[in-house]
Amino acid sequence: MTIFLQQIINGLSVGSIYAVIALGYTMVYGIIRLINFAHGEIMMMGAYFAFVTVSAMGMPFYLVLIVSMALAALLGIAVETMAYRPLRKAPRISALITAIGMSLFLQNLALVIFRPEPKRMPPVIPRFPVRIGPLQIGTVTITTIILSIVFMILLDFFVKKTKPGKAMRAVSEDKEASLLMGINVNRTISITFAIGSALGALGGVLYSVSYTQVFPTMGVMPGLKAFVAAVLGGIGLIPGAMLGGFVIGMVETLSKSYISSQWSDAIVFGILIIVLLFKPTGILGKNEKEKV
Amino acid sequence: MAKTFNLKVFIINLLAVIFIFIAIKILIGSGALSRYLISIMIFICVNIILATSLNLATGFLGQLALGHAGFMAIGAYTSALTAIYLRSTYNLSGTLLLLASLVAAGLFAGIIGVLIGIPALRLRGDYLAIITLGFGEVIRVFINNIGFTGGAKGLTGIPRITTIDNAYWVMVLTVAILYTLTSSRQGRAIISIREDEIAAEAVGIQTTRYKVMGFAIAAFFAGIGGGLYAHFIAFLDPNTFNFMRSVEILVIVVLGGMGSLTGSVVSAIVLTILPEALRDFAIYRLLIYSGLLVAMMIFRPQGIFGTKEFSLVQFFKTLRHNPIVTPRKKVKESD
Amino acid sequence: MKKRIFSLVLVAILLASTLLSGCGSGNDQPSGGGADDVIKFGVIGPITGDYSQYGGSVEEGSKLAAEEINAAGGIDGTMIEIVAYDSKGDGTEAVNAYNRLRDQDGITALIGATFSGETLAIKEIVIEDGMPVLTPTATNEQVTLNAPNVFRACYLDPQQGSTAAIFSMDTLGATKAAVLYNTEDPYSEGLAVAFRDTFAQNGTVTNYEGYTVNDMDFRSILTVIQAQGPDVIFLPDYTAKVGVILDQIDELNMDVICIGGDGWDGIETDYAEVAEGHYFVNHYAKSDPSDLVQNFISAYEAKWGKTPNALAALGYDATFIMVEAIKSAGSTDAEAIVTALAATDMDAVTGHITFDANGDPQKSISIIQIVDGDHFLAGKVEVD
Repeated sequence: MTIFLQQIINGLSVGSIYAVIALGYTMVYGIIRLINFAHGEIMMMGAYFAFVTVSAMGMPFYLVLIVSMALAALLGIAVETMAYRPLRKAPRISALITAIGMSLFLQNLALVIFRPEPKRMPPVIPRFPVRIGPLQIGTVTITTIILSIVFMILLDFFVKKTKPGKAMRAVSEDKEASLLMGINVNRTISITFAIGSALGALGGVLYSVSYTQVFPTMGVMPGLKAFVAAVLGGIGLIPGAMLGGFVIGMVETLSKSYISSQWSDAIVFGILIIVLLFKPTGILGKNEKEKV
Repeated sequence: MAKTFNLKVFIINLLAVIFIFIAIKILIGSGALSRYLISIMIFICVNIILATSLNLATGFLGQLALGHAGFMAIGAYTSALTAIYLRSTYNLSGTLLLLASLVAAGLFAGIIGVLIGIPALRLRGDYLAIITLGFGEVIRVFINNIGFTGGAKGLTGIPRITTIDNAYWVMVLTVAILYTLTSSRQGRAIISIREDEIAAEAVGIQTTRYKVMGFAIAAFFAGIGGGLYAHFIAFLDPNTFNFMRSVEILVIVVLGGMGSLTGSVVSAIVLTILPEALRDFAIYRLLIYSGLLVAMMIFRPQGIFGTKEFSLVQFFKTLRHNPIVTPRKKVKESD
Repeated sequence: MKKRIFSLVLVAILLASTLLSGCGSGNDQPSGGGADDVIKFGVIGPITGDYSQYGGSVEEGSKLAAEEINAAGGIDGTMIEIVAYDSKGDGTEAVNAYNRLRDQDGITALIGATFSGETLAIKEIVIEDGMPVLTPTATNEQVTLNAPNVFRACYLDPQQGSTAAIFSMDTLGATKAAVLYNTEDPYSEGLAVAFRDTFAQNGTVTNYEGYTVNDMDFRSILTVIQAQGPDVIFLPDYTAKVGVILDQIDELNMDVICIGGDGWDGIETDYAEVAEGHYFVNHYAKSDPSDLVQNFISAYEAKWGKTPNALAALGYDATFIMVEAIKSAGSTDAEAIVTALAATDMDAVTGHITFDANGDPQKSISIIQIVDGDHFLAGKVEVD
């Protein structure tokens, strides 16, 4: 029983990182109907920003987090303005290919700048064992779970109660109408990208602290899995991303412990395939007919 | 209206293809082409097959398929295992062995293409892309974990029967078949699905059937390309057929022009030679490729050739009418 | 009309430029002889990509050796040159690289490839060519089997895995062991199988678990292993992955000793604290007081500005071994070199080298423990 509870905690830790990254995917998809393939790379860049600020400037953790998230937000806005905005009226396939190209471009940029060898993330969170009964939880795990939940609550508040947040929801619902209502659509989209990227960076920092490494391809797998999470929960829906993230984290952890470690990736992809085939709108999604 | 079969055009093109082949053989015979350069040419043939087949699914049909390397892998392993079996049981060798194995490879890859296509092609663009990516990864995990494929250690002992001769002619056959398909009535149906699927459906085109057919044919040829590759390298590693490989083929197709087979051929030639020629700049290669991809999508999404095909006959006709090459006394042409 | 001509011209220019750059010199250089004034050795390894530090190390060790050999007069007056090509760890690239080395560069011998996978990819072609091949670091057993002209400078995976198991049982007194390996890496798998088979003879293997190359979270599997209470965990992978696993073992406060293979070399750079007290099997020990070892280390540090790892040492040794063989063969004829290689009997940084009938070296295996963040020679096993 203790092992099972321990695995639940492990799953929560993994899942909270996926959830935070999934939020970025879902927000962007909600507002411009584009799967931002490059989101995993934003997460990776966020981790590198953190790495550089910690090793070169020795900042404390909370400052590192803020700097990294801010820089990632700027990067997200830049990517949107340069690569996605010109293609807003283009056929879907062009936008998708651009996103893939952008993803690879950022990966290889990091490869050229930082070299491919993984770099050790200095331990910014003091580590000491925390015992709750028979369970052993690391400080990193606790920090990850708490920070993720805090930011998800903040995001929820932002989207529901603030003006730009409501503008985001409006543009997601109906871009044309929002334009007619006087909402600055371009700015709203940029804000969406900024927030999504900042959250991606949060995920990246937490990931690199939890797994001690930064390397240029670190965003690929977590990015894909976070995407599966977003789809599973309901793409375009913020609570969907959170739910999906935790579910995928649990599935991954439990399948590693009870089935087999080498098939866990295939299982996650299998979930994606099943969801897309039987309920593409996800757990929380409503069925939509494609309009002519 | 399908293009009617024009004997004159066919013969001209056939002669051109034979001429190129003879030229290659002469160069090899005189020693100007070393084994290294021959191997580059074989890779070019393989890449042409892969690019043109992906073009069918992505360029002509308009479905972004990100798992092409997975079908290449299926073809490669099927061909290799079939060849090993046929050689030991029936003592086949040479071209006959290669043909038998390639057919098996293509068919199996095509069948898997149908199986994946039927459910996957019900999805819209983005989801199709992701699901094909997912399938590509699942295929790779499968090959890694199933014993008889050699797993991560790789598969050795594959009969090394690909030569520049059979690689060239398989490539020519592939391009010929694909060209015939895309300029036929079925080809037009496929293109119409890309242009406006709902309208095509409304006009009575059985979109699902054509989508699956296009996807399966693309998989079939990808399998053949994989088989040729396997019998050349004679060593298979499941990790060669990863997502990056799919992307590299996609770059070839996008650069050449989605919807132009000529574009894929030219682009495949260029993008196979360039990495070898620019070995020193290897780290920047992928950076440039991806930057190129983004730039192309923003500034010239139709690639170099757009949807045009190069026609030898048209080329000669334009030369005939060109006042510089063939000067006329009276300039009264309407061109 | 204009646009079509433009496209045509563009295509023609592209084709012409690539064909010109691709063919380049185009002339076939006869292999074995090369140019009269330089003898070339080829090196193939992952110089870029995820594993670039490994290919890079071999290249560096090899070039250092070449420099020293040339400074001492080369091979009877002829200088040697190292030509290194990148394989990115991929079989196809390795084949390309080898073909290019043979045809465009006219190498006399090959120091490569670095990884087992890529060496296996080129194995059949090099056998056909009869090219003298000495791989410094490919440890998979298949590499030298039925390959009279292929030799290796390192010990084999089965030997490493076995040695680790025997050390665990005899010296560390372990009765229960767990194995956690990378299923997508033949090196890792080879070691895991050897360890398991040897350990199972006298002890119990409590867990035999695999993970994939992209895995970073091992907490769940470590929790499962912890419940079985093994004395030792065998982790046969490279430093990047091993560091992550050790970190999580530390976080979970597990009471185990970890032991690994030569892929651990260099782990003290980034993961000294979590690797403290654990062991790994290696080709040589940096603390070995012999002149040969210490001179190599200082020369390497002087030239490349960092401490050499075992792969660099093996690249260095392989180059010297090949040069010795050419000297004793008295010619650059491939067959003569192969015969001379088989008769090698010399001292090198990584031990005394002689080859058995397969082309595998008979040398000792060192067992290193991380003590105070540095290598400590905990044991040495002679292999016969």
